[in-house]
Amino acid sequence: MRRFFLIFIPYIWLLALFLVPFLIVFKISLSDIALAIPPYVPVIEWSDGWAGFKNFLSQLDLENFVWLTQDDLYWKAYLSSLKIAAVSTVLTLMVGYPIAYSMAQAPNEWRPTLMMLVILPFWTSFLIRVYSWMGILGKEGFLNQFLLWTGMISEPLQIMNTPTAVYIGIVYTYLPFMILPIYSALEKLDASLLEAAEDLGCSRLSAFWLVTIPLSKNGIIAGSFLVFIPALGEFVIPSLLGGSGTLMIGKVLWEEFFSNRDWPVASAVAVVLLLLLIIPIILFQKNEQKSREMDQ
Amino acid sequence: MRRFSWFNATSLTFGFVFLYLPMLLLVIYSFNSSKLVTVWAGFSTKWYGELLQNEAFLDAAWVTLRVAVISSTIATVLGTMAAYVLVRSGRFLGRTLFSGMIYAPLVMPDVITGLSLLLLFIGIGLDRGVLTIVLAHTTFAMCYVSVVVSSRLVSFDKSLEEAALDLGCTPMQSFRLVTLPIIAPAVISGWLLAFTLSLDDLVIASFTAGPSSTTLPIKIFSAVRLGVSPEINALSTIMIGIVTIGVISASLITKRSMVRQQLEEQEAIRT
Repeated sequence: MRRFFLIFIPYIWLLALFLVPFLIVFKISLSDIALAIPPYVPVIEWSDGWAGFKNFLSQLDLENFVWLTQDDLYWKAYLSSLKIAAVSTVLTLMVGYPIAYSMAQAPNEWRPTLMMLVILPFWTSFLIRVYSWMGILGKEGFLNQFLLWTGMISEPLQIMNTPTAVYIGIVYTYLPFMILPIYSALEKLDASLLEAAEDLGCSRLSAFWLVTIPLSKNGIIAGSFLVFIPALGEFVIPSLLGGSGTLMIGKVLWEEFFSNRDWPVASAVAVVLLLLLIIPIILFQKNEQKSREMDQ
Repeated sequence: MRRFSWFNATSLTFGFVFLYLPMLLLVIYSFNSSKLVTVWAGFSTKWYGELLQNEAFLDAAWVTLRVAVISSTIATVLGTMAAYVLVRSGRFLGRTLFSGMIYAPLVMPDVITGLSLLLLFIGIGLDRGVLTIVLAHTTFAMCYVSVVVSSRLVSFDKSLEEAALDLGCTPMQSFRLVTLPIIAPAVISGWLLAFTLSLDDLVIASFTAGPSSTTLPIKIFSAVRLGVSPEINALSTIMIGIVTIGVISASLITKRSMVRQQLEEQEAIRT
């Protein structure tokens, strides 16, 4: 009986507040927009019984999904989200790998402090971290002031409200997610393997390519997915740093819902975004499972 | 043998400058007396004073704090239960669905979680307000808590629980006297994680908050959309300060308790 309650309460909570809401989104994505409250049809008429339910089912269609393929805005937004997420994942890897690598090389007594320094920004507000770049990248921002002062440029650069600003924002906010898995892979690396490679005639650089990189592969893959998956549906960064020129699907969904009040299309956008995410999520799970098996 | 080269030193330096410089500039310029945020005009604490007078921000901070405390506490209870079920209950009907529902919210984009919860609340006719934000935050935070707690439960020796049961404890007593003290650090860090996630959340709160229950992130977001403002810098500085103190003291406490535990273990071995 006690065990039953233990399972029952969290189970019901998640069913009611995670699964059911998602089924509602799916259902509304098959509905049509209407000038009513709620602003979509059909709504199930419970009073009509089975006939009402059949009538309800017959009114559902894929119109909104067809609409997504016809209007340029949507598929361009999906493509540009995929591109921005992919490019910023690569950039984060390029910035994060040297940091993780150097942390793993650092003397043992420094490591807890270095770890804490990487994790600390993760505990501070995401919104504030994105906001802090608005003062740096703006027209009169610190970066432009600095570059003008050094004489490297004569006109302020337009970085704010461009995709570049979005890349910087994503790299900055998701960097800890990249560093930590790579660091934990590199930390386990047996240094004698590198010595062996060098003894056998490898240069330091080729030993790095042939030994270090392959052995940290699981960390690289895990870190990349931890950046790519949330970046794809990102809303805050493109709306604060990206301006109107940067299309990202999270922003489109938000505007579809709050500005256009088109709930059916917003729901369809959400369903497609989720379908896009399923493949990287499955790949990520596989990678996690593999690295867990290797640890044992 | 580890070789700490000039390359390592430079990449660490650049890395940490990159991570901390933006926040450092924010903190420094919150003490700027000029309204122009990026031009230094002398030291002043006037923006802090103005912040304390701004009732809209204070109200929002109060709502945020209440939501965070309530939702993270419920989420810790539910998340610990869910972790216990996942690790200890073996097979039961719908187990795959259950573990799927625990992991899915972790990777679900905020816009989708927010949208779906809003559609549910409207569907059942629940007025949006503090309650709806609490329900929303509890739901995603309990999944994080359960991941943190279950990783602790997996690593701990099950025979300790069995011994307690053999010695006449009821299952409830064995949980309270044996399991809970062992998993307590994970439960506490789960609560802290849930608390900060709730404090931090903008997107889900925007969907689920009503007009009378604006949270601090919603307030900050609508203010910074218009550009950088010294008041927001002051507010950010306060928040960064609280988090820094919290994280550093938490790590000092865990370090000290680890040292004490080691000493006690050595003592136990000697006697």
